[in-house]
Amino acid sequence: MSAGTLYDKVWEQHRVADLPGGATQLFIGLHLIHEVTSPQAFAALDDLGLSVRHPERTVATVDHIVPTTSQARPFADPLAEEMLATLEGNCARHGITLHGLGSGRQGIVHVIAPELGLTQPGMTVACGDSHTSTHGAFGAIAFGIGTSQVRDVLASQSLAMGKLKVRRIWVEGALQTGVYAKDLVLHVIRRLGVKGGVGYAYEFAGPAIEALSMEERMTLCNMAIEGGARCGYVNPDAVTFAYLKGRPHAPAGDAWERAVAWWSALASGPEAVFDDEVVFDAAAIAPTVTWGITPGQGIGVDETVPTLEQTEADERPLTEEAYRYMDLRPGTPIEGVPVDVCFIGSCTNGRLSDLRAAAAVARGRHVAAGIKAFVVPGSEQVAAAAEAEGLDAVFRAAGFEWREPGCSMCLAMNPDRLEGRQISASSSNRNFKGRQGSATGRTLLMSPAMVVAAAVSGHVADVRRLITAPTTPDPATTRA
Amino acid sequence: MSTTPFPAGPIQRCEGRAVVVAGDDIDTDRIIPARYLKCVTFDDLAAGVFADDRRERAGEHPFDRPEHQGASLLVVNRNFGCGSSREHAPQALMRWGIRAVIGESFAEIFFGNCLALGLPCLTADHDTVLALQAAIAADPSAVLQLDLEPATVRFSAGGKARQWPLTLAEGPGRMLVSGEWNGTAQLVAHDSELRATAARLPYLSGFAAA
Ligand code: SF4
Repeated sequence: MSAGTLYDKVWEQHRVADLPGGATQLFIGLHLIHEVTSPQAFAALDDLGLSVRHPERTVATVDHIVPTTSQARPFADPLAEEMLATLEGNCARHGITLHGLGSGRQGIVHVIAPELGLTQPGMTVACGDSHTSTHGAFGAIAFGIGTSQVRDVLASQSLAMGKLKVRRIWVEGALQTGVYAKDLVLHVIRRLGVKGGVGYAYEFAGPAIEALSMEERMTLCNMAIEGGARCGYVNPDAVTFAYLKGRPHAPAGDAWERAVAWWSALASGPEAVFDDEVVFDAAAIAPTVTWGITPGQGIGVDETVPTLEQTEADERPLTEEAYRYMDLRPGTPIEGVPVDVCFIGSCTNGRLSDLRAAAAVARGRHVAAGIKAFVVPGSEQVAAAAEAEGLDAVFRAAGFEWREPGCSMCLAMNPDRLEGRQISASSSNRNFKGRQGSATGRTLLMSPAMVVAAAVSGHVADVRRLITAPTTPDPATTRA
Repeated sequence: MSTTPFPAGPIQRCEGRAVVVAGDDIDTDRIIPARYLKCVTFDDLAAGVFADDRRERAGEHPFDRPEHQGASLLVVNRNFGCGSSREHAPQALMRWGIRAVIGESFAEIFFGNCLALGLPCLTADHDTVLALQAAIAADPSAVLQLDLEPATVRFSAGGKARQWPLTLAEGPGRMLVSGEWNGTAQLVAHDSELRATAARLPYLSGFAAA
């Protein structure tokens, strides 16, 4: 199965050899590394006496551990400083490009590779980070790997992989005003479950997907992994090519035409065979908010926390655990649940179009009393572009802090974290227990515009009521 | 905590007492919270395994219960190891002493990370896993014998033995049993194949004219 799909074609192009264990040795076109999952891989490479086979195909940045207030070196946290220094040393020693702090190109790894034009259609992309699925937005086959595999890619520019099945997720119709790619993907995960995609690559297609900007497609593919699908992708089209044209690493001149021809030929054709197919209607999706402890525990903002009877029998233990942990009762309307912290950022929703959508709601409003609200751009380029448009001023005037780029409060590896039982409205991707740095902290996932709605209301609120005039979707090719 | 060395070479069998961590969708943030990832080696990860869950359960977490100290088999439920790709998760389990995992299902990246470290993850259907978990709860001191070929687990207690079939996909099974689970050398050895693949990918030459 999966014949004629982009997944199948890219797989065949990158097949190096069939391995005795039954796996395929797959060539990796782009390898991205950061400070958390690479140090042990470099150490293992040294132990084996191997060198980096294609240092020009690996690109590094620093994102997880960087503080978002002062980024002066050395960092206040000696462990964070040691991790960055180790990455710097490894990159220098092996001739790997590192987009470090202050370079103008630093940022969350899944934000910078697309904006530099490193991520291109038809590539295989690997990174020691599960949200590598983001790069599938370009029609690349992109997946997260562990540290032993980072070692393998460094040593051989290839990996041992098993082939996935392909499920096409066809989305009809158009998203309503105030409903974003984040809501779409939270809805898909709600319906198909956090395990539903295990063993599959998700191909997102259909009119609603074609209408999405590149940044929205990145949000969508970013969370494929939260639905269990190790990679998600969208077939490359005119939107993809328009985004890529002119970026630093994109082909130029005559090469551009040859590239577009090769990329176009890779898209799933009408003859493509899928292992499974699911259809959604975009128009039926409401702004979606998670109430529980997995990204699959999402509901429309106009719904109530599900009762046990509304839950599949085998999900009930998890549902009960979520009631206890979140301190939410079945039947409670999610709208109106008070929040303490509002976070806009992460590789899911830290791009320019996200900040524009959030600023449009924040403009002329103010964060409610007692709420801590902050905005963390996904990269130095996003920060510069947003500042050039005056978005930072809009956020500051509305009572948000405007921070330096990094992963920030998406996970607890830098000073940004929840305290105690605090509950956050967060534009990030994981609401796992303890994810945001407090072992008892709670997370409600939602779109950036919904985070602003929560910040100015003091509780979960339906952003559709705060958006008066319908907004025209921005093509959002992030060119400032 | 175990001082058993990390596996090397063929892995055919794993013997020892077992510990059960029940529940579906146990993510890698729970197996090893992010704050323990601030490190440049994996050496000290045993202390962080299930850290937040253990603190919450104040000595009652299976990894803290005296009867499970020294256990080398872990029995879990569905979608174990979902979420973050951190290899710190299997590293932390192994540094605590775990040498094989049996569950209803595993998240893919986690399964691959375990395989690369020589930590076999075998599956069984829901009822089998529940029966196994119940047997361990009834007699935590029992020694289990897990075989990879054929994939089975044997539970012996009080002179009586029970055996259940397990599932391990053919590829990973062969890799573990043959000792080829740590395949870096194999990948590197395919030099001419790597060159041939690189030569046919147009983006590696910047889409230069043919
Ligand atoms: S923003 Fe969050 S999910 Fe994305 S790479 Fe950083 S820590 Fe991971």
